[in-house]
Amino acid sequence: MPGDLAAQAVSALATVSPEPGAPKPDPILVADGVNRHFGGLVAVDVTHVEFQKGAITALIGPNGAGKSTFFNLLSGFDKADGGTWVYAGTAVTNTAPHKLARRGMVRTFQLTKSLSRLTVMDNMLLGAGGQKGEVMIASVLPFLWSAQEKKNRERAMVLLERFNLAAKADDFAGSLSGGQRKLLEMARALMLEPSLIMLDEPMAGVNPALKQSLLDHIRDIREEGTTVVFVEHDMDMVRDVSDWVVVMAQGKVIAEGRPDVVMRDQRVIDAYLGAHHDQQLTKSGESLTEGTSS
Amino acid sequence: MDLGFVLTQSITQAIGVTAIIYLLATMGLNIQFGYTGLLNFGQIAFVAIGAYAIGVFMIQWQQNPWPSWMPWQTLVPNLWVAILYALLLSVILALILGIPTLRLRADYLAIVTIATGEIIRLAFKSTDPLGGSQGINGKMGQDFYDLNPFPQQDRFDFGPLTYTRADLWVVICGWVVIGLLLLLTWALMRSPWGRVLKGIREDEDAVRSLGKNTYLRKMQALILGGLFGALSGIFWAIAKQSVQPDSMVPAFTFFCYTILILGGAARVMGPVLGAIIFWFLLVFVEQFLLLLIDNGTITFLVPTQVGPIRFILVGLGLMLLMIYRPQGILGDKKELALDAR
Amino acid sequence: MHRGFARLLLALLGLVIGAVALTGVAQAAGPAIIAVVTDANKAPIAGVTVTVTGPDGFTGTGETGADGTATIEVPKSGKYVITLDESTIPGGAAVKDGPERTANVLSGNKKILFPVGVPDDGGGGGDSGGAGGITLDRVLQLILDGVVLSLIIALGALGLNLIFGTTGLSNFAHGELLTLGAFTAFVLNVWWGIDLLIAAPIAIALSGLLWGWGQNQILWKPLRKRGTGLIAAMIVSIGLAIALRYTILFIFGGTPKSYAQFAGQPGLELGPIFITPKAIVLSIIAIIVLVATILWLKSSRIGKATRAVSDNPALASASGVNVERVISVVWVVGAILAAYAGIFLGVTQNVVWTMGQFLLLTMFAAIVLGGLGTISGAIVGSFVVGITVQLSTLIVPTELKTGAALLLMIVLLLVRPQGLLGRPERVG
Ligand SMILES: Nc1ncnc2c1ncn2[C@@H]1O[C@H](COP(=O)(O)OP(=O)(O)O)[C@@H](O)[C@H]1O
Ligand SMILES: [Mg+2]
Repeated sequence: MPGDLAAQAVSALATVSPEPGAPKPDPILVADGVNRHFGGLVAVDVTHVEFQKGAITALIGPNGAGKSTFFNLLSGFDKADGGTWVYAGTAVTNTAPHKLARRGMVRTFQLTKSLSRLTVMDNMLLGAGGQKGEVMIASVLPFLWSAQEKKNRERAMVLLERFNLAAKADDFAGSLSGGQRKLLEMARALMLEPSLIMLDEPMAGVNPALKQSLLDHIRDIREEGTTVVFVEHDMDMVRDVSDWVVVMAQGKVIAEGRPDVVMRDQRVIDAYLGAHHDQQLTKSGESLTEGTSS
Repeated sequence: MDLGFVLTQSITQAIGVTAIIYLLATMGLNIQFGYTGLLNFGQIAFVAIGAYAIGVFMIQWQQNPWPSWMPWQTLVPNLWVAILYALLLSVILALILGIPTLRLRADYLAIVTIATGEIIRLAFKSTDPLGGSQGINGKMGQDFYDLNPFPQQDRFDFGPLTYTRADLWVVICGWVVIGLLLLLTWALMRSPWGRVLKGIREDEDAVRSLGKNTYLRKMQALILGGLFGALSGIFWAIAKQSVQPDSMVPAFTFFCYTILILGGAARVMGPVLGAIIFWFLLVFVEQFLLLLIDNGTITFLVPTQVGPIRFILVGLGLMLLMIYRPQGILGDKKELALDAR
Repeated sequence: MHRGFARLLLALLGLVIGAVALTGVAQAAGPAIIAVVTDANKAPIAGVTVTVTGPDGFTGTGETGADGTATIEVPKSGKYVITLDESTIPGGAAVKDGPERTANVLSGNKKILFPVGVPDDGGGGGDSGGAGGITLDRVLQLILDGVVLSLIIALGALGLNLIFGTTGLSNFAHGELLTLGAFTAFVLNVWWGIDLLIAAPIAIALSGLLWGWGQNQILWKPLRKRGTGLIAAMIVSIGLAIALRYTILFIFGGTPKSYAQFAGQPGLELGPIFITPKAIVLSIIAIIVLVATILWLKSSRIGKATRAVSDNPALASASGVNVERVISVVWVVGAILAAYAGIFLGVTQNVVWTMGQFLLLTMFAAIVLGGLGTISGAIVGSFVVGITVQLSTLIVPTELKTGAALLLMIVLLLVRPQGLLGRPERVG
């Protein structure tokens, strides 16, 4: 049944024209005119973009294109200067992040946010939604929440097994390697059983062996009916796993389409070449425009 | 004066009224800073509100109602009602502090809370209906002392320790309250609610991304810690029967931080261990130096210089602890391996 | 790690030994008699001489500072007679119940109140503020006082903000940099008899070297190397502030002191306002120092590097800026500015162990008001704070004037969290 869902999404996307802002048959997230300025710099200026439900969509673009900022805006971590966006049929413009997460729209961060001085298990349990024990008054009455806690623990253990972290359950998250933290962050987000998961560079700093299993996880997530939007730089990965690709450059969506099509698009090649060209000049990895803007 | 006397003094103080006052305030700080990571540098504000509420309602406005038409005698008939008001006021203070600042970056809370503490102290000091620069003195804790079940006798001896009837009652009640609050803290912090607080301490954005209303939890932590602070002030007013504006200085809060970090932040028993050791050492150093000066062993110090030495040690202690053992006595070894925040 | 520990211990040990060695010359702290001289509206009166006589032929004198108090330490408990010299009261008013008081001093400090004159009229009511009514003369005087105070705050706040900008440290021991500067000058001037005009520059240079460069080298640089977090470092600075402050108290005692020169300078009346020549000269130098510092930050190589580090340390370091060197320079500059502020304060008011501590919160208020980490913000914020502090005495009791500035800061934070001149901070 979930497999059908994925196949449906793929076949639905087959009919979509590869144009920036193309309408999708069954979008889960639709953004309109979303923009964000930092001083004189236009970090994000997206006229229109739709993300297909049940699909794996890759958001790509050179460093500083505004992908993370776009994620921040959509997920409520930053305030947009203008624009609206709709998630699963309801307007959620500038809605607080925790409210979005409760509605099933969950994100991870480019710079991993593992909670160092909590155990891996506690990290996972923090992900579970609707916990009765998180209400202050109820928290001192364990009989109200211990059954739920036990269930969450079992679910967390299953996820940890899947992500090869089960042996680490009782260690502090701070003792994990960078790649393991990425895994933990993803597993933790899954505790919420999201319907849309937005992953910001989930494979950065993950070793090649682990990367392959991460790809499998992403496919699995989709098989279970979760829509995936992820930022990634490795084109092979993108080609491998994504059903659809959205390309951003200088804050705008400049191209969209199926992976093989997009990667042959001249605008995309130009955008990347331009960025790489600049990058060699400054040598500093991530923040190309950051330095000049501040 | 001899070494025995010095030790007795030190032990008495380590579990005495002052230690209890600091311990209660530090337990509040443990919830705010230790578990939630809120940099409250104005815990003294909550203590002052608690102490002054008792002094003002039980003494000042009973004698000179302010405004003069207010029937304070009927509104605050006894100490227990005054305590309720004190706790209520501390909740209001937490809301006033928290609503604006808990949305801002962490160091703003530090500056706003320390500033608020000073504003409150200066306001009490310069407003005569609130005691003015003289503070408030009088039998504000009488209702409490009336309940003293101990037989009428001058002194109670426990080995080397000696208590008056009133002191014994105060100290025992103080520790009972502390015991109950420790139990409460323990229950709260092992629950999912406590887990959210610890998550906020580590990375608030991560917790927000997981669907938790962190603002609400931070506010709850601020209020709860503030209530502990108010209890410290209430205990202060009852035990000392006097509240003075000049005792309500920022240094109080910094002492609490020293105690907390000494014992171990984010450990239920951390503040207890910290307060006992802190006061034992402080009194011991002071009394021991005085003893040495008294019998002529030390000639290059005069008694009045002993006070500053205590504070120098506190300052150095806070620095060294924070640098070399930030997790305190009760800290977890595994935590040390993690990179410092 | 162990070498760092040994170094720190050694430094602290040196501090303590130095402190103990100095006590031979030092005065003891407390008990003291604190005379408080206020006018009819409870505003403090400065420059009044108070004499204390007591058992064993003890006599001591003191002069009230800007807060209207004079602290005279007494050797032991006993009965003392405190006499106020009425001829030193400005305007020649008299003390309400006569100029003489007797007091029984026990172990602690004893406060003696000397209310001067009678209230202006029944209407005002001393406590509720509005002391003395709002006259143009008074407003002008308060603005002038406010400007002088602003300059002192700005000298401290600029350094505090530079240190914050380059290292992220909220330095709660910055007030002690002022105090240390003032006391360094005091040692040279009063203990060693060097004229203040020579002692002050030497003290300022020494402060830059010892309390700025040295402090960074011994304490903060190793801490940065260990990767100590910002909150931990902030708490370390609190410990340092307490340790330094009480070391100063331990060595010098609690009595406010004056330098050997310029102590009792008569004031000038310029139309409706009143100012001492020393305050004028010191203010002009302060303005020059501030302007020079800002120009230096804007134009010199190292100044530009400082701003680059404040903006983005990682980027600055990647583009070849020696971040540690910049931080060293910033500590030296911060300590020099603070030392000058301390001497300024010491000359116009007095030298006392709490002088920097009292200004710390106003300095923080200034940089929060102006915008954390911005240079011009620190200056603008200082003026807002300094003038607010003084002008607020028009409506609130004098004791509350610092509170007024702090309240202003809190209110502004709510409206404009980034401060007056700051940019909104980066999210995520
Ligand atoms: N808070 C901020 N203040 C100023 N500039 C910012 C801020 N956040 C992002 N930027 C700038 O916006 C642009 C987009 O950044 P980002 O969204 O991180 O790009 P990407 O994730 O695509 O690499 C960059 O030029 C970056 O420097
Ligand atoms: Mg990014």
